[in-house]
Amino acid sequence: MATETTAAEGSSLVFHPMDQFIVKPLFGDGAVGMFTVTNVTLWLFFAVLAVVALLVLPTSKRAIVPSRMQSIAELAYGFIYKMLEDICGKEGVKFFPYVMTLFMFIVTANFLGLIPTSFTTTSHFAVTIPLALAVFLTVTILGFVKNGAGFLGLFWVSSAPLALRPILAIIELISYFVRPVSHSIRLAGNVMAGHAVIKVFAGFAAIAVISPVSVLAITAMYGLEVLVAFIQAYVFTILTCVYLKDALHPSH
Amino acid sequence: MATEPIAEEVAGSCVDSYGSAIGMPQLCFDWFPNQIFWLVITLVVIFLVLSRVALPRIAAILAERQGTITNDLAAAEDLKAKAVEAEEAYNKALADARSEAQRIAAEARAEIQSGLDDAIAKADAEIAAKAAESEKAIAEIRAGALESIQVVAKDTAAELVTALGGEADAKAINGAVDAQTKG
Repeated sequence: MATETTAAEGSSLVFHPMDQFIVKPLFGDGAVGMFTVTNVTLWLFFAVLAVVALLVLPTSKRAIVPSRMQSIAELAYGFIYKMLEDICGKEGVKFFPYVMTLFMFIVTANFLGLIPTSFTTTSHFAVTIPLALAVFLTVTILGFVKNGAGFLGLFWVSSAPLALRPILAIIELISYFVRPVSHSIRLAGNVMAGHAVIKVFAGFAAIAVISPVSVLAITAMYGLEVLVAFIQAYVFTILTCVYLKDALHPSH
Repeated sequence: MATEPIAEEVAGSCVDSYGSAIGMPQLCFDWFPNQIFWLVITLVVIFLVLSRVALPRIAAILAERQGTITNDLAAAEDLKAKAVEAEEAYNKALADARSEAQRIAAEARAEIQSGLDDAIAKADAEIAAKAAESEKAIAEIRAGALESIQVVAKDTAAELVTALGGEADAKAINGAVDAQTKG
């Protein structure tokens, strides 16, 4: 990527599709330390504001006949609650605030990232890996606390022929530990790829002949990204529910 | 896009001297502590906001709405039962009124009939009385007429006998007239 950039430096066509992901201090030009207030801080703060604006402010009237915004809050609540209850059953309901936090954070961060010139927090592995690791650790600890050694039954496929079970156990064990990896990279990868592609198309817009096509392509990609923003949040949340179900009911 | 060279110390292992990203910024581990620190704060804040304020409130709203709907349905059921009751009462009143009307009409008819019968019987009796009276009068008249005929006949016979030069014998004439008129 670095060579590409320097090579393009001379011409009018300059691609910096990854520059939008650079973490910068908001005040001053110093290095990025652990507690530095950066663009990440700003857009994470906006995510908190968006969650408050979606779920807290519209419901303050507690109307029996909801306003539009209150309906959205209720829909989001019902959507995640039903998903969790359908997958995990009644026992899963006590994890509802946790799952709802994950969903609301990811969905607001994804959509905030679609604002032009914004910083997309969920495109960073530094954000999605902790999210996925938190789910992985929760599921693992909860599984052992609730089921004891019985949680290992998750890896012992009792419905398979006895000879196959050790092999299946190894495969299941590997797939279990790959979960946080796929869980986090799926989200960050989708979001990052879409944003980078839009940026590449935007780079082509500098050439007058190609620019109409480029603008159309950006529009189409943006539409796709709107879908991806919601679908990736949904996928992350539903996988969280599925993993939680494994911890609550480890039998296959 | 920064095109001016920037200070060397800011350009670390992830950003080149022109402020552009070197490789994927996602893999710049210099920034990880910062991002993770702020992410954790964000998640804790969102979790607290949701679990303390938003979710209990929405749950309360949904429960309240469910309660209201249930109450309204029960009230509607009540009102429906009342409506059915009212309709039954109305139908009953209607049937009562109808039978009452029929009864009154029948009574009136019977009354009229009996009045009519009385009047007819009275009229019949009167007619019979009148007829008897008339018959009597006719009989009297007839008797009177017969008597007159006999008197006239006797007088006529006596006059005839006298006119023919005979001597009117009252006894003989009476006997002859009686014998003739008895006929």
